[in-house]
Formats: sequence, C-alpha cells, structure tokens
Amino acid sequence: MRSLRHYARLLVVQMRTSLTLAVQYRLDFFLEGALALFWLAITLIPLLVVFSRRESVAGWSFPEALVVVGWFSVLKAVLDGGVTPSLNFVVEGVRKGTLDFVLLKPADAQFLVSTARFEPWRILDFLGSIGVLVYAFHRLGRAPRVGDLMVGFALFAVAVILLYSLWILVVSVSFRVVKVDNLSYLFISIFDAGRWPIDVFKGALRLIFTVVFPLALMTTYPAQALLGKLTSAHALLAGTGGLAFAAIARFVWKRALRAYSSASS
Amino acid sequence: MSRRFGGEGLRAARHVLRAYPALLRVGFADMFAYRAELVVWLLTMNMPLVMMALWTAVAANGPVGRFGRREFVAYYLGMLLVRILTGSWLVWELTMEIRHGTLAPRLLRPIHPLWAHSAMQLAAVPLRAVLVSPLVLILYWAAGERLPLHEPERMAIAVAAIAGAWLLLFLIMAIIGTLAAFVESALSIFDVWLGAQAVLSGYLVPLELLPPWVSHAARYLPFRYILGFPVETLIGLESTTSALHELGVQCLFIAGSLVATLALWRAALRRFAAFGG
Repeated sequence: MRSLRHYARLLVVQMRTSLTLAVQYRLDFFLEGALALFWLAITLIPLLVVFSRRESVAGWSFPEALVVVGWFSVLKAVLDGGVTPSLNFVVEGVRKGTLDFVLLKPADAQFLVSTARFEPWRILDFLGSIGVLVYAFHRLGRAPRVGDLMVGFALFAVAVILLYSLWILVVSVSFRVVKVDNLSYLFISIFDAGRWPIDVFKGALRLIFTVVFPLALMTTYPAQALLGKLTSAHALLAGTGGLAFAAIARFVWKRALRAYSSASS
Repeated sequence: MSRRFGGEGLRAARHVLRAYPALLRVGFADMFAYRAELVVWLLTMNMPLVMMALWTAVAANGPVGRFGRREFVAYYLGMLLVRILTGSWLVWELTMEIRHGTLAPRLLRPIHPLWAHSAMQLAAVPLRAVLVSPLVLILYWAAGERLPLHEPERMAIAVAAIAGAWLLLFLIMAIIGTLAAFVESALSIFDVWLGAQAVLSGYLVPLELLPPWVSHAARYLPFRYILGFPVETLIGLESTTSALHELGVQCLFIAGSLVATLALWRAALRRFAAFGG
C-alpha cells in the first residue's frame, strides 16, 4: 500500500485529465446546462402533480418531500458526474481488452478505474439540485439546524459510498457477463425510485429499497436528518449499512478481478 | 437502394412477403440467444410499479379524479403491458450500425434494412407476451369489469391501438436513429424524446391528472398515441366513439412518421454512401 499522499496526487492528475478533456467541448457547457434544467423539471413534475391533489402523502408534506427530491438529484449529479463515466470506462475496457493497461499500472486497480473519468459539466446538475434544497427549506420557513446539517453531511458521505459500492458490484458482474450496458440501465432505473420518501412504499418494495438496494439509506434518511427527524438508531443503521456495503463491494471486486481474463488473451 | 421500397411496386412487395417469415425466424432465434438481456430489459421497466405504489398510497384516503386505487393499479399495469409489448431497440441498433459502418453489408441485401429490422423487433413480441401474461391476470383482477373482454368492438380497437403504438414508436425510432447519419448526438436526442414522452404520454402520471393545458396539448402531440391512448382504451377509460376517433388520429401520426422516415432515409443514404465512397 502506497502512502495516502501518493494517491491524493494521483487523484489530482486524473481529475486534471478529465477537466482538460471537458474544456475541449465548451459548447457542451451550455447544452448540458439546458439539459440539466430539463431533467430537473421532469423529476419535479410527478411530485408537483401529487401534491396539487393532496396536502401530505404518507406523512410527508410538500416541502419535506421536496427535500428528498433535492437530495436525490444531488446524488444523481454525483453519480452521473463522478461514478458512471469511470465505470463505463471499465466496461469498455473489459470488452476491448484495454483494461489490461490499467491493471498493469503500479497503483491500486480499483482506485485507478474509479477515478478514470469525471464529467465536470455535471456540476450544473449539482448546483440546480442544491437550488431545489434551498427552495424546499425556504418553503419550510427555516434553515436546517447546524447539528442536523453535520449529520446530513455525514450521511451524504455514506450515500456516496453506498452508490459507489453498488456500482462496483455491477461492474464486477461485467467481468462475467460482458454485455453490461443493460445492467447500467437497470441500475439507473432502480435508483430513480429514490426520489420518493421510503414511507410511500409498502411490503416487498419497502424491504427491497431498504436492505437489498438501500435507497432509503441514500435519500430518505439523509433528508430526515436535514429535517431534524432522523432517530439516532436509523442514523447508526445508515452508517453501518454503508460500511458493510463498501466491504462487500471491495471483497467481490477482488474476487472478480482474479477471475478476469483479458479479452485479448 | 431506395427504389426497392416503392419504385417497383408489386414485385418488391411480393419479394418482402416471401422473405419476411424467414426474417422472423432469425429474429426469434436471435432473441433466445440473448434471453438474459431480455430479462434485464424487463426489469428496467420498474417505473410504472413505483408510480403505482405511490398513487395507491395517495388514493388510500379517497379517489383522485376518476382514479381510485383499483384504477391506478389497472392503469399502471396497462402501462407496463403496453410498454413491454411495443418497446423496441431500433434506435440503438440503427445508430450503432450507422456509426460503425455495419449498415453497409445490410444495404447489399435485396431487402430494405428497415424491413429486416422490423422483423427482428416483431419476433421479440411473442416471448414478451408470454412473460407478461401474469400481469394480465392481475389486470383482470384489478379492472375485470372494465376490460373490453365481452365487447368485441372495443377489444378490436384496443388491439389496433397497441399495434399502432408499436408501429408509431418503431417509425419514430427509425427517424431519430437515421439522424445519426447527420449528427453525432442522435442518442442524446432520443434521451430528450424519452424525457418528454415520460410526461406527455401519460407514462409517469395519467394525462388527465396533469394541468388541463398540458393534457390538452398532449392530444396534438404524438407521445400520447404511443402509451396513454392504448392504455386508456384497454382499461376502459375511453368511450368507444372517442377511442375510434383517436385511432384515426393515431393513424395520421403513423402516416406522417412514415413519410418522414422514408424521406430522411433517402437523404441519409446519400450521405452514408459518401462515407465509404
């Protein structure tokens, strides 16, 4: 294991490469900006329709549900900007055999593939989502308490770890079944359900979204934390859940890598 | 190549008819080779189930407009059913073929590539129908008396509406896919199309629950005739007369898309030839 500073420097180098790639296409900045607004609107429409009919749904008022949506969009921006591009890079590498070049480099392979690509323009989606969060608290007529904000930040880290771990699991599958672009569609389509508070779901769906694909831990709990409604038991559950998923993902990645035989050999 | 579509008329039509069964068989075998892909694709259609869970929670204390809990269940099951039966992958296949140049060998064959593609996509429908049959049972439970099972007339309209939806979506995918010959971002255009379709076709929320001006505008746009209209007809939200009227509108959209597809295809071929030549 190299030192932490070494990896920090590597991260900066990888990010600079992505940024250099991105500024080549400056027109994309405006295009992506317009698209970010478009998608944010599409995300908000069902919510607006539902709350035009009801004061509250499953115990959530409109501004409270808006906090969940805002949080969901923040995570989606992180996913689209920081996680998906890198993992598409791996999938392509597996198919073409170019992943070998990465595996040969003298650094941790999981680190290298996880930081291979970023899409800096997604910062626009990120800012738009923060805007939604701010508006939601404006509607509530109060700012989140400092303590709640701290818990929120901690849970943000947990959510990103969860997201990333789930992605790593998907990519590990790609070593066995090469055609994974379908799997990534599946992942994104399930993640989409995270825009709704978990209390909306009953029975099997609720269990799946809490334990198997822990959307509740990623969006509902952090939103509750910001609203000051999260019990410490749930916060603890989210924390351990995140760590457990990360450990499982690392384990599965190691095993999958051992089973990986290059496409060219 | 374009002369094969219209020019020689009858001979071309006989030619396609002779080749079509064989093409369907190839498509059928091809789909069995990639069955895991089919299952994953089916699982990506989870949005109607999520929306169903949401709206039934909303309707727990009183109906929303015409929609009670059972109507919501029927509506979103119908959505799932129509989406699965009418979905196709044409836009991805076409953009890939154009970008990688694998369209060229297809052009050498004595049949229009779009005919061949239509056979490949149609061949996937029977297996999908088998896979969605459990949904039909639940639909029967949720909307039993509303389903047009005892009214052959309305049943025929519903089946025609679903077939029309398939054709309309196929043609629109052909148009956007063919754009790949002109612009690099054809798939991004399709993404935007999907976003608009999610709202304006009734996929996310039944159109009549949207603000009146949106649901009114949706009647003049093609999206609704891909999902909302067949679903509403299937689960009995439309009267027979208005369904018949809308079937006519759907046919107009299909005719318009067909003309656009053929014109665009010709223009694209001229460009595509320039790539290789």
